[in-house]
Amino acid sequence: MSEKTYLQALNEALRQEMESDEKVFILGEDVGQFGGCFGVTQGLFAEFGEERVMDTPITESTIVGAAAGAAACGLRPVAELMFVDFIGVAFDQLFNQAAKMRFMFGGKATVPMTLRMPQGAGIGAAAQHSQSLESWFMNIPGLKVVIPSTPHDAKGLLISAIRDDNPVVFLEHKLLYGATGEVPDESYSIELGKADVKREGSDVTIVAYSQMLYSALEAAEQLKADGINAEVVDPRCLLPLDKDTIIDSVKKTHKLVVAHEAVTFAGAGAEIAAIIADEAIEYIDAPIKRVGAPFCPVPFSPPLEQFYIPGAGQIIEAVKSIC
Amino acid sequence: MNLSKKSLMHMYETMIRIRLFELKLQEFFAAGEIPGFVHLYLGEEAVATGACTALTDSDKITSTHRGHGHLLAKGGDLKLMMAEIFGRQTGYCKGKGGSMHIADMDLGILGANGIVGGGGPLSVGAALAAKYQKTDDVAMCFFGDGASNQGTTQEALNMASAWKLPLVFVNENNGYGISCPQCKSMAVVDIADRAAAYDMPGVVVDGNDVLAVHEAVVEAVKRARKGEGPSLIECKTYRWRGHFEGDACTYRCVEELEEWKGKDPIPRFEAKLIESNTLTKAEAEETWKRIEKDVDEAVEFAKSSPMPSTSALMDDVYA
Ligand SMILES: Cc1ncc(C[n+]2csc(CCOP(=O)(O)OP(=O)(O)O)c2C)c(N)n1
Repeated sequence: MSEKTYLQALNEALRQEMESDEKVFILGEDVGQFGGCFGVTQGLFAEFGEERVMDTPITESTIVGAAAGAAACGLRPVAELMFVDFIGVAFDQLFNQAAKMRFMFGGKATVPMTLRMPQGAGIGAAAQHSQSLESWFMNIPGLKVVIPSTPHDAKGLLISAIRDDNPVVFLEHKLLYGATGEVPDESYSIELGKADVKREGSDVTIVAYSQMLYSALEAAEQLKADGINAEVVDPRCLLPLDKDTIIDSVKKTHKLVVAHEAVTFAGAGAEIAAIIADEAIEYIDAPIKRVGAPFCPVPFSPPLEQFYIPGAGQIIEAVKSIC
Repeated sequence: MNLSKKSLMHMYETMIRIRLFELKLQEFFAAGEIPGFVHLYLGEEAVATGACTALTDSDKITSTHRGHGHLLAKGGDLKLMMAEIFGRQTGYCKGKGGSMHIADMDLGILGANGIVGGGGPLSVGAALAAKYQKTDDVAMCFFGDGASNQGTTQEALNMASAWKLPLVFVNENNGYGISCPQCKSMAVVDIADRAAAYDMPGVVVDGNDVLAVHEAVVEAVKRARKGEGPSLIECKTYRWRGHFEGDACTYRCVEELEEWKGKDPIPRFEAKLIESNTLTKAEAEETWKRIEKDVDEAVEFAKSSPMPSTSALMDDVYA
């Protein structure tokens, strides 16, 4: 066990899976000697060579499609798109091909691919390089959607994603690459679809993931001063979603706030709120609150961008409005 | 080609404007005063200049992430561009777009683009609109060697050709898509060869020779205006800086860069102008100084402009 960054944790997961399974390989733009747009594949090219760390042309559709095709033929590709925003170019290959193959073919195909994509705002990258698109993928039967917040979760979940026999969309927040935490050196996996209670509390449940988890934890600390003891649940995986852990928490606290960086409208928070309304409304004694970005594209100029990104302040406000 | 002194001087000044604009950005990015990503056009000035000087104001262009050169060559305003890149409210996009999204619809600039290959289909639309409305306009699509592999680009070439649209595809082949050399991303040596697949002319030109670019593009524009359909012009060039500011650029060697710096399009053209008595040394010096002053003023304008107000965040999401 030692302190590692989120980026190192991902890199270690890739290295260990490549060492233990020859079927695992990496493909994407500039993932080779360059080490990937944000450095996640650093060193792997030198270690495994160009047969297993493949620089592709700038053709996202074919990156995703080739990963799906290779996966259907027995390999375990880990594809990288530089930014989640580029999924638009490749969407058909993901949602009509990779996600549906197994079902359409009557269960005769298996598509064990992982598609890693950085997302999120905060670096002045503007409207086409800053989005949080997780809810798009949540609406596609056949996919799994993983969205880790800590280095420890990042490593264990990436290993599970690679070993999973389904297409897994793996969303990394670009501001988290430098986040540090304890990460075991050995290989380990974390079951996909299991939430994690990151902070225990009794007065309100805050569901938050990815970068927003940190805002939620900060909010929880500050809320102590008001005598509010918040529980923070990190779903870690949005599809499948661990409803039970969220419902159990709500049964205890009777209040729910869901926070994410994506726009609020039709975001993951809407689904989580709906699940509670459907299945646990009798335990809730205040309106369910959602915190997310305003319904506009991510702006460029720093003061606008900072204003756009939701943070601890909004979470505190939401909690106080119901506590 | 017989060009007036005025046209030649316009090209000369445009290249210098781009050069000095980009050098300023390089300086201010390094100083931490420019947020986000900046992709500089240094070394490629002859392409945008030679190509855009073959267009009228109402002709349309689509640009790329490396768009400053295209926008300036199409007449983009130094101050408004600088202010946008600095994230100011007075910029072209009120600070909401930044370097990769600058547009000026009045000048026929349909925007820089953060998506590689994003411009191809848009340029088809612009050309289609011209044909449909029976205007005399043509559209021009700038795209890189990397972008030439995108499906969107190939689809645009095909549709433009099938419909005989007034469109000129200007490929800027600077040898790399980020770290990936051309030889690793495609088997062809000349991207212009791909034109054959779409039954359109494909021409290779020295992208560091502004007159060569201009001449080839003028031909293509003529053809497009006459309703004879699109062309593909491949301009071989090189980017001097890393892919973006901050790129350590470990994937290419210094010798290669030095070799290309030896083919700097601006002194080459300047020497030609002096040789042909179109320009005197004193005029040349005066031109550089004057444009440097313009660029400094643009920086001044940008830096003294306010940041956008957060109350403007939700403006312009819907019409
Ligand atoms: C769809 C998409 N994929 C990838 C990227 C990331 N990216 C930005 S520029 C670039 C390289 C483009 O190369 P090229 O088209 O040759 O243009 P150049 O940068 O050389 O001018 C890449 C991969 C992107 N912005 N959009």
